[in-house]
Amino acid sequence: MSAQQLTPLRFVSVLAAGALFGFGLALSTMVKPEVVLSFLRFEDFGLMLVMGGAVIVTMLGFRLAPRLLAKPLAGDKFDLHVTQWNRDTLVGAALFGVGWGLCGVCPGPAIAGLGTGNWTLLWALGGIALGALVQGLRYDGVKTHR
Amino acid sequence: MTLSLFPMGWQHYLLGGLAIGTGVVLLFAMTGLIGGMSSVFTSSWSFVVQRPFFQQPRFTESRNWRLVYAAGLILGAGAWWLAYGDGAAQSTSVPIWQMVLGGFFVGYGARLGKGCTSGHGICGLGSLQWPSLLAVLTFMATAFITANLVVRVMA
Repeated sequence: MSAQQLTPLRFVSVLAAGALFGFGLALSTMVKPEVVLSFLRFEDFGLMLVMGGAVIVTMLGFRLAPRLLAKPLAGDKFDLHVTQWNRDTLVGAALFGVGWGLCGVCPGPAIAGLGTGNWTLLWALGGIALGALVQGLRYDGVKTHR
Repeated sequence: MTLSLFPMGWQHYLLGGLAIGTGVVLLFAMTGLIGGMSSVFTSSWSFVVQRPFFQQPRFTESRNWRLVYAAGLILGAGAWWLAYGDGAAQSTSVPIWQMVLGGFFVGYGARLGKGCTSGHGICGLGSLQWPSLLAVLTFMATAFITANLVVRVMA
């Protein structure tokens, strides 16, 4: 948990990691909704290369880092997210896809694209923020009513 | 064949993907944190919404670094734009109603399904988790259907 508190070194690390991520999203033109939609319409398969390249590097890093380092260089333990498969995962992923197919924007590019001056993305960003808010409020409701 | 699969060329796609992966690995090697992107939308609401769902430790404890991560995203894309952009701000021709409505489903769905293209797609697949693979296949399928339906309906 303490790795989530920002020391100066962690602040710089997180910022630099985000910057690499954002640079990659812009370089690969994933910040352009048109390019994402052209993939979803089978006109340009570039997104497969973006995802494939990112997954391969991530897979290597996630495996190698804990073997080469006793602990993170500016943290205390390597986190592990265990993904659950349940009805929420299925319904959530399906709805996410419907939205993604409609606007061609997913959370990363909605944020990164602002760095390229594409202010129209603020509409998508607002939509995503609203969707996240409603999900949380609804979840609270479901929990208290049952 | 290469020409028809990648009409805009392929190098920038692969290089961009490698940069994205390097960012995720840098975050992990330095801090041990897993850098999916959609959580920032829920964790940032925890600053203002006091309901118990938003006040869970996983959101309140991660909200600061997630915002810094998001700021890095804008900086990195901005650096690319300054170095390689054509000087003009990028724009999109996707209608605003599609951005807002699509965005809403993206936000709602990603948070309900606990992951998006980066969380399930990159971090989940990168750690070989089969539920993430199922999630990716699910959202790819509904995205293919929706994107192609929209073209038909709008034509």
